[in-house]
Amino acid sequence: MSDLLQVTTVSKHFGGIKALTDVSFTVRKGEIFGVIGPNGAGKTTLFNALTGLYQPDTGAIDLAGVSLYRRKPHEILKAGFARTFQNIRLFHNMTAQENVMVGRHTRTTSGVLAALLHTQHNRREERDCAAFAQQLLDRVGIGQHTHTLAKNLSYGDQRRLEIARALASEPKLLALDEPAAGMNPNEKNALRDLMVSLREEGLTLMLIEHDVKLVMGICDRLVVLDYGEKIAEGTPDIVRHDPKVIAAYLGGEVAA
Amino acid sequence: MDIFAQQLVNGLVLGSVYALVALGYTLVYGILELINFAHGETTMMGSMIALAVIGALFGVAPDLPGILIVLAGLLVAIPACMLLGYSIERVAYRPLRHAPRLAPLITAIGMSIVLQNVAMLIWGKQYIAFPTTLLPQGRHDVFGASITDVQIAILVLTVTIMAGLVTLVNRTRLGRAMRATAQAPAVAQLMGVNVNRVISATFVIGAALAAIAGVMVSANYGQAHYYMGFLLGLKAFSAAVLGGIGNLAGAMLGGLLLGVIEALGAGYIGDLTGGFLGSNYQDIFAFLVLILVLTLKPSGLLGSRSVERA
Amino acid sequence: MNVLEILRGKAWLTAGLLLVGLILLPFLVEASLGKSWLRIIDFALLYIMLALGLNIVVGYAGLLDLGYVAFYAVGAYCWALLASPHFGLNLPFWVILPVGAAVAALFGVLLGTPTLRLRGDYLAIVTLGFGEIIRIFINNLNAPVNITNGPQGITSIEPISIGGFSLGKTQEVLGLTLSSPHLYYYLFLLCVALVVFVCMRLENSRIGRAWVAIREDEMAAAAAGINTRNIKLLAFAMGATFGGLSGGLFASFQGFVSPESFNLMESIMILSMIVLGGMGNIVGVIVGAILVTVIPEALRYTGDLQQAVFGKVFVDPADLRMLLFGMALVLMMLLRPSGLLPSKQRRQELAEDAA
Ligand SMILES: Nc1ncnc2c1ncn2[C@@H]1O[C@H](COP(=O)(O)OP(=O)(O)OP(=O)(O)O)[C@@H](O)[C@H]1O
Ligand SMILES: [Mg+2]
Repeated sequence: MSDLLQVTTVSKHFGGIKALTDVSFTVRKGEIFGVIGPNGAGKTTLFNALTGLYQPDTGAIDLAGVSLYRRKPHEILKAGFARTFQNIRLFHNMTAQENVMVGRHTRTTSGVLAALLHTQHNRREERDCAAFAQQLLDRVGIGQHTHTLAKNLSYGDQRRLEIARALASEPKLLALDEPAAGMNPNEKNALRDLMVSLREEGLTLMLIEHDVKLVMGICDRLVVLDYGEKIAEGTPDIVRHDPKVIAAYLGGEVAA
Repeated sequence: MDIFAQQLVNGLVLGSVYALVALGYTLVYGILELINFAHGETTMMGSMIALAVIGALFGVAPDLPGILIVLAGLLVAIPACMLLGYSIERVAYRPLRHAPRLAPLITAIGMSIVLQNVAMLIWGKQYIAFPTTLLPQGRHDVFGASITDVQIAILVLTVTIMAGLVTLVNRTRLGRAMRATAQAPAVAQLMGVNVNRVISATFVIGAALAAIAGVMVSANYGQAHYYMGFLLGLKAFSAAVLGGIGNLAGAMLGGLLLGVIEALGAGYIGDLTGGFLGSNYQDIFAFLVLILVLTLKPSGLLGSRSVERA
Repeated sequence: MNVLEILRGKAWLTAGLLLVGLILLPFLVEASLGKSWLRIIDFALLYIMLALGLNIVVGYAGLLDLGYVAFYAVGAYCWALLASPHFGLNLPFWVILPVGAAVAALFGVLLGTPTLRLRGDYLAIVTLGFGEIIRIFINNLNAPVNITNGPQGITSIEPISIGGFSLGKTQEVLGLTLSSPHLYYYLFLLCVALVVFVCMRLENSRIGRAWVAIREDEMAAAAAGINTRNIKLLAFAMGATFGGLSGGLFASFQGFVSPESFNLMESIMILSMIVLGGMGNIVGVIVGAILVTVIPEALRYTGDLQQAVFGKVFVDPADLRMLLFGMALVLMMLLRPSGLLPSKQRRQELAEDAA
């Protein structure tokens, strides 16, 4: 398998807090790559630094040979790297479908003039975009909520809508920040099936998740962060038995 | 006479007034994230009420010592404005605490129109003179600048009030409740803070400061006018933002700085632009400085620069 | 005929009736309320354009702009300078209007750029500052070189003249005698229709969605691929364009401009039209603009009312009307915090709650 994302010695600090220190790893094309670690380990900060929401202090980030280091979020998305948020950040007063259509912004082109004149191109694009959005809503399992406002969706459905919005940009790499948080077992199973089927279609996934059974079961490889540093990397089996990881989790769930 | 020293003194006096009014904006903003647009009008009302009392008292008892008459005006204006501040919050803001963000801004604007016009109906459209003869007329030379007794009083009073306010916020129960409410209203409520009362107290304190500032400004310039609260409020708010809104020290610094910059700017703009622009551009300094500072440091001078959490 | 066709027919019917009503309105107004009201509805139309322009910035993109009147001023002074004896110029309207709109748009981008990093109330106060700066410059740029003629303003501005047909004087059209405000009414109506059309098209477009996304959550919008800087500037520019356009029309209609017309209160009034009517909702904004223009005028009649009730006029109605208007603003917001006609999302939510 070839490498898709190469992260080299990325660091990020907030005042005195070193949220990330020289974190390096590689994500291979077509795998599900887990990012785990105790609360406050720096997992979300890693996603934010990779997707341009925070400026990393140092390091290098390459996606399929293109440098993403210190690029703007929209440029990173356009390069094929989409993400969801741990604390759901939808456009609350827009419908589910509109949320997904916004996610397709970089893959559409109509500007002011096209919208005013309703050019043929514009009309086709709008139609296709709406249809594509509907497909994605169906795909993540909320197809019946096309015209529901995002804020009126249930918690689990909001998480799914975030995934649909991220998928709308047709990314190469999709980073999910605790997508299963707050989901019931049924919803979790559906989510797992969705991730597996996305991978089968060639999408590469990064996954932050606290549900150990879920991550260990689905990830091909993972990195473990603790206090902003990488303490382990490898297959679930290797990571599970790493003494540093066990120490970080106080010998808790991971070994079990 | 040294123009620099003179303008510095004038600027500090003007800045003191800005700072006191700015404190009112910042206190309320810190707790409710709301621009109390009617605050400038509260200041104007302070001026007008004090002047009315002073005028009436002077009419019936012209033999009373001038200072006492002015003090009486101040002592009526302060509680009157406190009541006003309290009512504004109850009527125009409290019912809208969970409404869309711009709704209270519009009621604030409505309140400020109402207050302006009430003042106009009561006191008329003309300027009202402050009987400056009531106050000591002394002038002193300090480093080449001439400073009046009134100006000295303003500076001393401002410093005292600021010290008092800092003590109040940092040392008292009410102050602690205010800070807690500013940080996390829901948590403060859970911990037993009566949030509504804290908010009322904030408005009342801000209004008292505004009343004092209103009397100061009319004593210094010798007049008051129903429309005076508008520009004064605007500049004071700019001062609060300049210092970092929500931050008490910021409001004080911002106010003083704005006053000084304005005075110096007005004094030197002719020289700076080779006579192209005159002192009638004085009012743009407040805004130019504001824009410049915020462009370079979006959270104001003393505001904490927090990265928005993603 | 299927149901759809009947409905469509009805929609056209409604539109047709509305059109006829709007065409007849000035006749009715002039006959019933008098000539001064004709001017008032002309102004209402101007304010609708302004409010819709500001609605793009505030209502759609969520950028609280308190200096909007600056663009109105720029448009008005562009017209005033290019079509008055002040510089001895008299360019035709089809040159000046685009120039005014373009200059205003340029100002929109210019003033928008430094504010891009600012949020919420900081943005409000900086835009307010810009508005004041522009007004102060207009007020003072009469010396050493006389550009704006200072506080006196510019007078004898040419009215709009379309192919020799001047809107500035009474004209015979199809056997009807139409006064200048009457003629301008139709022009303004046309412009409002244009602006409404533009807003409707933008609202349901890729750009419109991007604006709303920024309003809802700027960071999420960036992460969803929106170039927030450009899209925000676009909102400023579009809003400013409408402002400049309205300003030009205002100058030609009024025949004179002075800095007084462009103070902060004006910006605030335009903002209150939007919030009062229902932010982000075109019909709401139109209703808000009409109310805020008409209520203060209607309140001039409180003199008659006092006369009728008390037999004597206690308070000069001119002094009373702003007081009542302020009270009305407060009351209306207290009763309808989301505006009289909430935006489509809000409506939908209400519908969902009911279902
Ligand atoms: N914007 C910020 N400003 C200041 N500190 C921050 C910011 N974002 C994150 N931090 C700090 O960086 C550290 C790592 O936080 P991060 O959110 O990345 O942890 P995490 O691994 O995602 O934790 P969790 O499992 O709880 O989501 C924490 O100490 C956090 O307080
Ligand atoms: Mg996290």
